[in-house]
Amino acid sequence: MIWIIPLLPIAGFLVLTVFGRRSPWQFSAGVGAGTVGVSAVLALIAGFTLASLPAAERSVVSSLGSWVVIPGFSVNFGLRLDALSDLMTMVVTVVAFLIHLYSTAFMRGKGDYHRYFAYLNLFVGSMLLLVLGSNLLVLFVGWEGVGLCSYLLIGFWYENPENGRAANKAFIVTRIADAALLVALFLTVAAFGTLDIPKVLASASAAGGSGIVTAIAALLLVGAIGKSAQLPFQLWLPDAMAGPTPVSALIHAATMVTAGVYLVARMHIFYALSPGVQLAVAIIGAATLLYGGLSALTQHDIKRILAYSTISQIGYMFLGLGVGAWSAAMFHFMNHAFFKALLFLGAGVVIHRLNDEHDIFRMGGVRRTDRLLFWLFMIGAGALTGIPLVTSGFYSKEAILESAWLYPHAGPFFWVIGAFGVFLTGAYVFRLFFHVFTGKPKGEGGSRPASAIFYPPMILLGLGAIFAGFLRTPRDLGNVKVISSFLNPVLASQGKESAGISTEATLQIIVAALSLLGVLAAWLGYRRSLKRRGTEAVTGHELSVGGRFLLSGMGADWLADNLVVRPFMWFAGLLRRDWLALVYVGVGRLSVLFHQALRYTQSGLIRWYLLGIGVGVLVTLGMVVFA
Amino acid sequence: MIVAFVIAGILSIVSTLLAVSRYSAVHALLYLIGSLLALAVAFYTLGAPYAAVLEIMVYAGAIVVLLLFVVMIMNLGNRRREEERALLKPSVWIGPSIVVLLVAVELLVIIVRGLAPATKGSYIPALAVNAVVFGPYIIGVELVSFLLLAGVVSAFHLGRRRKESIKQGVAQDDEQRRREAVK
Amino acid sequence: MIVPPVYGMVLAAILFVIGLAGLMIRRNMVFVVISVEVMLNAGGLGFISAGSRWGQAEGQAVFLFLLAVAATEAAIGLALVLWLHRRHKSVDSDSARQMRG
Repeated sequence: MIWIIPLLPIAGFLVLTVFGRRSPWQFSAGVGAGTVGVSAVLALIAGFTLASLPAAERSVVSSLGSWVVIPGFSVNFGLRLDALSDLMTMVVTVVAFLIHLYSTAFMRGKGDYHRYFAYLNLFVGSMLLLVLGSNLLVLFVGWEGVGLCSYLLIGFWYENPENGRAANKAFIVTRIADAALLVALFLTVAAFGTLDIPKVLASASAAGGSGIVTAIAALLLVGAIGKSAQLPFQLWLPDAMAGPTPVSALIHAATMVTAGVYLVARMHIFYALSPGVQLAVAIIGAATLLYGGLSALTQHDIKRILAYSTISQIGYMFLGLGVGAWSAAMFHFMNHAFFKALLFLGAGVVIHRLNDEHDIFRMGGVRRTDRLLFWLFMIGAGALTGIPLVTSGFYSKEAILESAWLYPHAGPFFWVIGAFGVFLTGAYVFRLFFHVFTGKPKGEGGSRPASAIFYPPMILLGLGAIFAGFLRTPRDLGNVKVISSFLNPVLASQGKESAGISTEATLQIIVAALSLLGVLAAWLGYRRSLKRRGTEAVTGHELSVGGRFLLSGMGADWLADNLVVRPFMWFAGLLRRDWLALVYVGVGRLSVLFHQALRYTQSGLIRWYLLGIGVGVLVTLGMVVFA
Repeated sequence: MIVAFVIAGILSIVSTLLAVSRYSAVHALLYLIGSLLALAVAFYTLGAPYAAVLEIMVYAGAIVVLLLFVVMIMNLGNRRREEERALLKPSVWIGPSIVVLLVAVELLVIIVRGLAPATKGSYIPALAVNAVVFGPYIIGVELVSFLLLAGVVSAFHLGRRRKESIKQGVAQDDEQRRREAVK
Repeated sequence: MIVPPVYGMVLAAILFVIGLAGLMIRRNMVFVVISVEVMLNAGGLGFISAGSRWGQAEGQAVFLFLLAVAATEAAIGLALVLWLHRRHKSVDSDSARQMRG
């Protein structure tokens, strides 16, 4: 029965591919959103059923038959629904469904309707395969599937070659990371003889902290950070904003980019057994969250700000994984899905209303045209920042930072970085908020009407952004542990349990204060920029050298281009005329040579043909004579 | 008889060589007739009188005459002498001649290997031939009649002249005569 | 004294080869037809020599049939040459050339 959940969207993809072109848009919308909606309902039902079961029995495995059976190794088409996969499934399907609904209105008139929903369905199906896979091979299938759909959807408006380039960039960068993932899978088979996840985890525990386990953990990490756009593989995500906004909301905020987080969480035993690699995870997470936050401060494209924000928030999740707070990281994932999707969908409404304007310095005063959006966006921004007590972001970041403080390897250092990140988050997202929503409209303004369908999904996401936080609260604020106990059988948490109530309270207050300070800083910055530039429409790009450095994502593109792309192309150019290529070119040239030679036999002169016959007779008789 | 054969053979070879290499078609055909007549003698010395007579009557007397008629209709007499001379430069006939010479050598080798010079021939009267033709091989006769019918029909169809080409042909001939009168 | 058949075959080979040479060298279609007649003739001579050697009448019977074939072929060939002459105003086989190699 679990199989219906991923297969239904895939069936939707097939139906839309075959029939979509000639069907009315309602058909595509219905099939697209409908399949995901049904999957969402099934996922929720499964989730609640699972939650009601006692901890030890909280998993269901379903197999559709064998896939690979060779001596010593076998893999089947298996799905496994346990607490972790179920949490992800529920979040993915619900958020996907809401975004599908939103898209039915958003994508009207913006391109091939049926193709969009087909790809989106394929994506949801692949993502579900990824999280539900009971063995690493099915997971890998889903992994590649989402990569493919990401490429297809980023380059959805393929007529513009820029979009194609962005799609290529995303695919190629993640491909490089996927190579590491593949090697990890090979090592797993070599070391443990199986790809079935529970068996692999059990074998890993038995193997202890050996080199193989560390190697696999490290390689899986590389694969994960590619997909999740962490340093140094983060450069594809800002450019991936070339795709339609709902795509950015679904794929590059709520779901695909969190696949890396899921992978590490699922294979957490490997990391628990390799402290070195786990420290690397934490370092990468911390570095990335700083990188994302700082770069977002200078961006002027509304979606790029949110993209860097995603990079930063996933950095938080990796930080959580690195310090052993598995369930805290997953908790943050859930909340992030809600509020980031809300923010992206809100940005989509803004862009749609302002006739595809993306530059925040050319926006303003949206509050007056769309009150509801103003409040919704504020909820999203607040959740992202982690406004104390009322937003989910607060609770999930708290959970991560709590565990960070207790981390045996320089825990407080990571806590400081995380806390500073909170400040930065408040600053950049509210900078966006103020520039877009307050003040007077800049530029042409020009309002395209927004469909009523945009709002219900956003409202639901907004509710999630507020109330989902209450599923796990710190000890001194209610000590709710719904999430952690749900996830407990799969992700038993690691590390010390607590550090005293008073320490915790102090830390919480500092973080809360920082978030509010961030908002204040954004406000002050906004006022200053208003004074400096007035209210006329300006390009607003007079940044200092440091600012421009941050604007370019700290030169990530320049680095990648010069360190990787150019040497590679140079090398490939060298190989263009090597002797191996000569074989192929030679075949071509030889054919042309033969052709030139044989041309003369087609002269149209009867005498030539007769001469040919004569020579043939000569040769044949010669054979008789000399035989 | 061998002497007769040798003389006839040499005559035939020389005539054929000349027939093939003349510039004027009419000359070539006349040499061809000579060659065929010499061959008739050769047939006779080989003990095939019936074939000899047929050769003279049908081959030299009908086929080559037909060729002559057509050549004269198309007026290919002296007109093309210069052109043909240009066409028969040594570079044209050296290659094929070499090939042909080699083929000849090979054929001769094969023949001499297979047939000892001392083997005797036999005389076959006309009655024997006809007994065979209208006996076991009667079907060949029927097939030949089909063939001849097909030939007649094709030649008739292909040789038909349409009205405008007759006029064209006449106009061409007038042109021709005028040009030659001027020369 | 009947001539030994081998002489006949040798003569046939030589004539055949001469006809082949004429066929390969001449451009004028009439000469092509002439060369073909020469070759057919040489073939007939070969048959007759063979019949003489084995003492069978079939050799000449085949010569008879061959004669019919040669006649037909000459007639149709000439009709075609007439066509060529009409269409291209010449009997040069190169005038009908459409492929240039």
